[in-house]
Amino acid sequence: MITEVGTKSLTLVQAVNDALRIMLKEREDVIVLGEDVGKNGGVFRATDGLLEEFGEQRVIDTPLSEAGFTGAAIGMALGGFRPVVEIQFLGFIYPAYEQIMTHAARMRSRTRGHFAVPLVIRAPYGAGVRAPEIHSDSTEALFTHMPGIKVVCPASPYDAKGMLIAAIEDPDPVLFLEPMRSYRAFREDVPEGKYAIEIGKGKKLREGDDVTVIAWGAMVPVAMKAAEEAAKKGIDADVIDLRTLYPLDKDMIAESVQKTGRAVIVQEAHATGGLANDILAVINDTSFFYQHAPVERVTGFDVPVPFFAYEDDYLPTPSRVLHAMEKVMRF
Amino acid sequence: MELNFPIVQVLNEDGTVVQPEYRERITKPLTMTMYRHLIRTRTFDRKCVSLQRQGRIGTYVPYEGQEACQVGSALALNDGDWMFPTYRDHGAMMTFGRPLTTTLLYWKGRTEGCVPPEGKKIVPPSVPIATQLPQAAGAACAEKWKGTNNAVLVYFGDGATSEGDFHEGLNFASVFDAPVVFFNQNNQYAISVPITRQMKTKTIAQKALAYDIPGIRIDGNDVFAVYFHTAEALERARNGGGPTLIEAVTWRYGAHTTSDDPSRYRDQEESKKRRETTDPIKRVERLMQREGWWDEEWAKQVQAEVDAEIEQAVTEMERYPKADATDMFDFVFAQPTWTIAEQKEAYLQWKRGMAT
Repeated sequence: MITEVGTKSLTLVQAVNDALRIMLKEREDVIVLGEDVGKNGGVFRATDGLLEEFGEQRVIDTPLSEAGFTGAAIGMALGGFRPVVEIQFLGFIYPAYEQIMTHAARMRSRTRGHFAVPLVIRAPYGAGVRAPEIHSDSTEALFTHMPGIKVVCPASPYDAKGMLIAAIEDPDPVLFLEPMRSYRAFREDVPEGKYAIEIGKGKKLREGDDVTVIAWGAMVPVAMKAAEEAAKKGIDADVIDLRTLYPLDKDMIAESVQKTGRAVIVQEAHATGGLANDILAVINDTSFFYQHAPVERVTGFDVPVPFFAYEDDYLPTPSRVLHAMEKVMRF
Repeated sequence: MELNFPIVQVLNEDGTVVQPEYRERITKPLTMTMYRHLIRTRTFDRKCVSLQRQGRIGTYVPYEGQEACQVGSALALNDGDWMFPTYRDHGAMMTFGRPLTTTLLYWKGRTEGCVPPEGKKIVPPSVPIATQLPQAAGAACAEKWKGTNNAVLVYFGDGATSEGDFHEGLNFASVFDAPVVFFNQNNQYAISVPITRQMKTKTIAQKALAYDIPGIRIDGNDVFAVYFHTAEALERARNGGGPTLIEAVTWRYGAHTTSDDPSRYRDQEESKKRRETTDPIKRVERLMQREGWWDEEWAKQVQAEVDAEIEQAVTEMERYPKADATDMFDFVFAQPTWTIAEQKEAYLQWKRGMAT
């Protein structure tokens, strides 16, 4: 296959690697740190080859301590660096929660802008790869609720690269969630050079007039599959990949819902306190009088993310999404 | 283990220099500087307790009794160094150059209280326990990797050694030979819980062994022991010698905060006794008397100058423009997100409506 000049075909995890390499090359203040990010190239190989290329002062294997190295990265950020920290799995981020909540996300506000923490925290998240327990959490809402940090979640290689570059250039802390299930699921042509995708902007993946389907991360392919199935039944869906979870792309959501009058939100995480509820609030605030049907949410359940023998029952599937789409159409 | 980590003194309770190698360096001007800072920090602390009682500032965290720890260590810093304090270390912060008005504004609940003077790397006080230790380790790594000569001084109490972040911070710093001095003020109580309930070890200094870094136990009420040993640890850090753990054994005379009553959990007779015996200021006075440097008139003048400076700061704090609600919206991100911008606009509009 001949690729276009100036692009290369990458998986999502390769796109992450590409973004890190470009930023390490371009900016001396960028450093990468975490468990196994150096010699091992990360457990998912997201940092593969970076130690060899940039040396151990830029790509740093740390002690196994999420709070310790996240806290240290805050200190490094105060000291003029732009650290990109890797949390091996989102389910292991909780020891670092205090450092993020109480310090990274609050430093600018506490000091009236005197100190800031331009820190990127990368974390693979989500179920669906038959991982051992605790490796499959999707607790983005713990962070979208947290004031002072942006939360992004690309679904494709192209977006992963452009959004990671934007996250590293952002003057404030950014949690960068990587759908583990999509790491190597497909390839996409990605520009070779540097490009940034604005944080806070969603992406319309499909145009349709009947129902809006909103998804992010690993749920984007699920939503797309459901939309294809729906099309066969004569339901024409508008599909939004949110890409940024905080701040939400309010305008894109409102515009689509005002066009279709119906919405289905697909969320991998537990239902209660989830991001879908905030999206519902956006729809309520912007588009109440345009609604032809109550908004449907297709989500995980209010149970701990189960052992993998049960994960197919836990995760939203195209057929569950399709069912919700049919329900809002019938209302 | 206690025998391996004896409490090191330079100046004993009688005001006698007990370590001859420091004899020459304890000059009259240095002693006068120490004395002035000790009086300044103590007077300020007492003033703040009184301001809190009068409702002129919020809940306040007193440090009376720990002045030597804070003054001696802060004076050992270079201008370009970092300070990572806790909420009890405003004595150290003001000695390092944070204006008194700034400190008062902090206790008045104002964010202006977290803004250090230009050029001074004073991080806002850490309110949770021990979280500042990994951060200090990271800031120290940053200085090392930038190739500067700056070091980091981080404060924490005895209770903090029970937290995971204590271990993670010391471990991280030791692995990377970070130029940081971990300065523990062991005042022997974490609110009500005595040190015997925090740890089985008899000393905090011995924990340095676990990280293969130097650890030293000093008399935290001896401003010269604090000053010289912190300076040596900072010097070692600057020269690539990595971190040091200093345990400064001290005692807070009063409450944990102005909301606390220490007589519920300990005999305050102990504090009374210590004011006469181990007080950090008394022993400097004794030294000055012993050396013939003591001048009653000069001491009165120091007190008068300090009083005037504090009064001035209180006046400035009280004349400060009223806290502006827009401040809480404007500094969360470099550019406010739409949610914050909308909430700010809606709230201010509502507030203007209420005012008319």
